Amino acid sequence: MSTIESKDKRCVVVGASQAGVTFAFALRSEGWEGEIILLDSDTNLPYYRPPLSKAVLTGAESIDDHILKPLSLYERENISLKLGCTVKSINKADKKIILRDDSSISYDKLVLATGSRPIIPKIKNIDETPKLYTLRTAEDVKKISSALANSKQKRVVLIGGGYVGLETAASLKKLGASVTVLEKEDRVLARVTAPEMSQYFESLHTENGVNIHTNKNVNAFEVNNESTSVVCQDGSTFEADIVIIGVGVFVNKELAEAAGLEISNGIKVDSSTKTSDDSIYAIGDCTNHYNALYDRHIRLESIQNANDQAKVAAAVICGKEANYNALPWFWSDQFDVKLQMVGLYKGANEVLIRDDDGENHKFSVWYFKDDTLLAVDAVNNTKAYVMGTKFIKGGNKINKAHLVDTSVDFKPANILAKD
Amino acid sequence: MAKITFVTRDNEHITLEASSGSLMKLATQNGIKGIEGECGGVCSCATCHVHVPEEHSAKTGEASEIEKDLLELSDNVQDNSRLCCQVQITEELDGLVVHVAN
Repeated sequence: MSTIESKDKRCVVVGASQAGVTFAFALRSEGWEGEIILLDSDTNLPYYRPPLSKAVLTGAESIDDHILKPLSLYERENISLKLGCTVKSINKADKKIILRDDSSISYDKLVLATGSRPIIPKIKNIDETPKLYTLRTAEDVKKISSALANSKQKRVVLIGGGYVGLETAASLKKLGASVTVLEKEDRVLARVTAPEMSQYFESLHTENGVNIHTNKNVNAFEVNNESTSVVCQDGSTFEADIVIIGVGVFVNKELAEAAGLEISNGIKVDSSTKTSDDSIYAIGDCTNHYNALYDRHIRLESIQNANDQAKVAAAVICGKEANYNALPWFWSDQFDVKLQMVGLYKGANEVLIRDDDGENHKFSVWYFKDDTLLAVDAVNNTKAYVMGTKFIKGGNKINKAHLVDTSVDFKPANILAKD
Repeated sequence: MAKITFVTRDNEHITLEASSGSLMKLATQNGIKGIEGECGGVCSCATCHVHVPEEHSAKTGEASEIEKDLLELSDNVQDNSRLCCQVQITEELDGLVVHVAN
């Protein structure tokens, strides 16, 4: 039973991806008895995105293996899923949303889970460049796979060396493509991790035959008969049969912005996921939220954040007390390397590496601000990831000398500082 | 086809049939409460934790080292704990009963 009367109420959710779908089901299990309407402009049954750049791109798995929920579960939970349905605007005074066909749906509670979309940089001739793709949706993967299958030379230039770019590079390499990554910064993963990890991933990719070039600012495409020349500011040129853009995302904040909700690097929400309007909540990639552990406002593009905010929103809308104070975690799989990350490394003033078996790609990077552990990146090292998670949550102090000394058995009792 | 029974924390018994895929996928595609599979089945999150009764443990085998490490992030860890994304469904699993841990 919910703690508020919800029988005659209607909750409308805009965006049916990870956050929106998780929210809709969580709302029902929290006891919401009223209507739940879940809308998305995409016509595909909502799916899970992380495998797109990995197992789905390599063809090892199909997107049908990664449907978030089968249709029967939406029916069972009485969640009205409206696909191919685009929301044009929000009228918050009258508490209704207006659809593209000018029809409207009223709401008691509105949840925005609008996510983000790939940034398309302003590069000369980008609109005229054939076989140029982003990687965000199942459609994108289909297009890339088909272009690759039809390409003789299979020369792929990836613009942007972030996680999606590097995962895509690894997958395309497995498919036999000749892959070049062009990164604008002086290292890959510059926006998301420390130089130590960037260096590791650059070597990993290089060893596996990916050509990584940093400090490459692409400023034009020259379309030839069969291929495209990717021209960088420094004059260097790379020939491509396929170009993939992976330079980050824009938040889909336009609906919220036009409705007059507070925006600041995303849709601003409080710890209960509420926006500046009492009846409107926002969850997932599109939000800018306060993280109590790191004492700052952040925006996260991750499954963890989508799921955890969805659960908080569901509880709060059902009248329960809930606050979002999750510790962020992420993962990435590239070639045979499993990277697990916990925490946020920004603000670190000391980086320690525990090299359990670096030659065999097993190590962990520990980020500290003075004596406070901020984050751990674990490469093929789940034990380090798990310990890091527990220590950060517990606010534990670490014995740094033991941490980096691989002759000391790697277990919590040895790694924790004695009081 | 293997018949597999999930026992939820509310002691609900749900028997499902499948011939392939992981136990985690079977559970999430059928809305088994307490099995989330947040990482999609790549042994990164510990949200698909089950207990395997002793009489069935031979069918599922033991957890791998990574799995054991990761299980430490979950509550209610026991010797018979498994992350069910790491259990692949085969004919041999027919009759398996697992208890959702959280």
